[in-house]
Amino acid sequence: MGSFAYFPHTEEDIRVMLERIGVKSLDDLYSDVPEEFIFKGEYELPVARSEEEVRAWFKALADKNTELKVFAGAGAYDHYTPSVIPYITSRSEFLTAYTPYQCEISQGTLRYIFEWQTMICSLTGLDVANASMYDGPTAAAEAMRMCVACTRKRNTVVASSGLLPNVLATLRTYARYSGINLVETWEVQEAVAEGTLDLAGVIVPSINKYGIIESHLGLADLVHEMGGLLVEYCDPSALAVVKSPAEWGADIAVGDGQSLGIPLCYGGPYVGFMACREQWMRKLPGRIVGQTADAEGHRAFVLTLQAREQHIRREKATSNICSNESLMALWCTVYLSLMGPEGMRKVNELCYAGSHYLHDQLLATGKFSDPFEGREFLKEFALQPLCDVKKLQQALLDAGFFGALETEEGFVTFCVTERRTRDEIDSLVKVVKEAAL
Amino acid sequence: MSKIIEGLLYSESHEWVKVEDGIAVIGVSDYAQAEMGDITYVDLPSEGDEVQAGEEFGALESVKASSELYSPVSGTVVEVNSELEAAPEKVNEDAYAAWIIKVRMSDEAELDALMDAAAYSAIAK
Repeated sequence: MGSFAYFPHTEEDIRVMLERIGVKSLDDLYSDVPEEFIFKGEYELPVARSEEEVRAWFKALADKNTELKVFAGAGAYDHYTPSVIPYITSRSEFLTAYTPYQCEISQGTLRYIFEWQTMICSLTGLDVANASMYDGPTAAAEAMRMCVACTRKRNTVVASSGLLPNVLATLRTYARYSGINLVETWEVQEAVAEGTLDLAGVIVPSINKYGIIESHLGLADLVHEMGGLLVEYCDPSALAVVKSPAEWGADIAVGDGQSLGIPLCYGGPYVGFMACREQWMRKLPGRIVGQTADAEGHRAFVLTLQAREQHIRREKATSNICSNESLMALWCTVYLSLMGPEGMRKVNELCYAGSHYLHDQLLATGKFSDPFEGREFLKEFALQPLCDVKKLQQALLDAGFFGALETEEGFVTFCVTERRTRDEIDSLVKVVKEAAL
Repeated sequence: MSKIIEGLLYSESHEWVKVEDGIAVIGVSDYAQAEMGDITYVDLPSEGDEVQAGEEFGALESVKASSELYSPVSGTVVEVNSELEAAPEKVNEDAYAAWIIKVRMSDEAELDALMDAAAYSAIAK
């Protein structure tokens, strides 16, 4: 004992183990499997290849990818990743560490989670944040369950139809298997004001799926009057400049951390965040790191309020989540510490300028109309196409652009981040202008 | 040896009841608070909530455990001891002074199922 060598079992190890349990061969371990289910043929596995060959094979696969200029958003945003981030997060202390079971021995891990929580609280304006969730949509689903847990016998959650489709789909799945009555509507205020629901909570987007910055004036008061909690789904990057969930009176804020410098990466891994008012912290799922002092009076970090967690009260816990998306939370923490409030503001200003320029240029082509004229947007917007959408998308693809995502209602959306240059925007507009659509 | 007070009624889940004019004043026994250790949070119901005998109405959290509170009687919560929100340690200091909820009973016959001090002292040790 005491050695941690990574050796596979030897023939001798296997022989001794089989002898000990009184079995003749490894195949005998499967004797309970009915004969007709046992595969008898030869496995169609390719012959072993050298490292060189494997590299070449994967490179050929990778070369099939086309690098497009991203003018799409829909919840995943092509923001710049400062090059220092992967260097820090790939340090072995961070990269190879699994969730620490003897938590307090890992002060470094607890420290950065504490920093992440602090930054999420700064962005949302709320009091308490957890150590992170799997992604934005599952964080929204956890918030839905939290509404029901906080209001005890109430069971209806109203979700705005303006939430992203993947968020709504995840809410539907969780609602179905938790027995929650999920009501989806564009008319959130009206649905709540009717007062006929056993309202546990309301989930609205800070910025909706068309990129429009929503106004939630009076909503929090109304929801509270009806006995529910208000949840806001937010883009954390945009929170640097738009009104925060706390300012709107929300009880819980959730969203996806991807916009905080995580590359698109073909869809993941991303990270969810979740914060709430102190009043509800005992129903907040997941881990929470707290600050304390050690025996010698030094600043130290601990896991706190663990009575909420499922390893203590499985059937009473708000959620069965007992882990977090720690490495990606670290990624966002490093990003935010590099950017600072000024950097975050600058990113948003560049997004705003670029997206409004593209918006005006696209309208000027005469191939779109503006269904949301006068509504404020930040980096993403929706237009009504007056041309064939399939042809439009193909023309953009052929020219190396990814944009004009079609929504279920037949609009097309575009997004401009700080990475898109004036030249790139002009070339995209030129393609739209000149293509026979 | 934990303290048990004569004249109160006790449940098997270590709650005590004092009856005052059809109102059941409910707390946890000295034995329960000692078993829990330093209590850090009392999860209280709301006034007006309905409780059922034998069913959960809240929870105690301590530095080492979390434990549900079960109502010894059925009825309506008429008052909760909101002092415990900010000062849960009062349960440790004097479990019989730190009442948790007051319930207007819907069926006083349920009291018959509870133990007196002598009977409770047999299980609380």
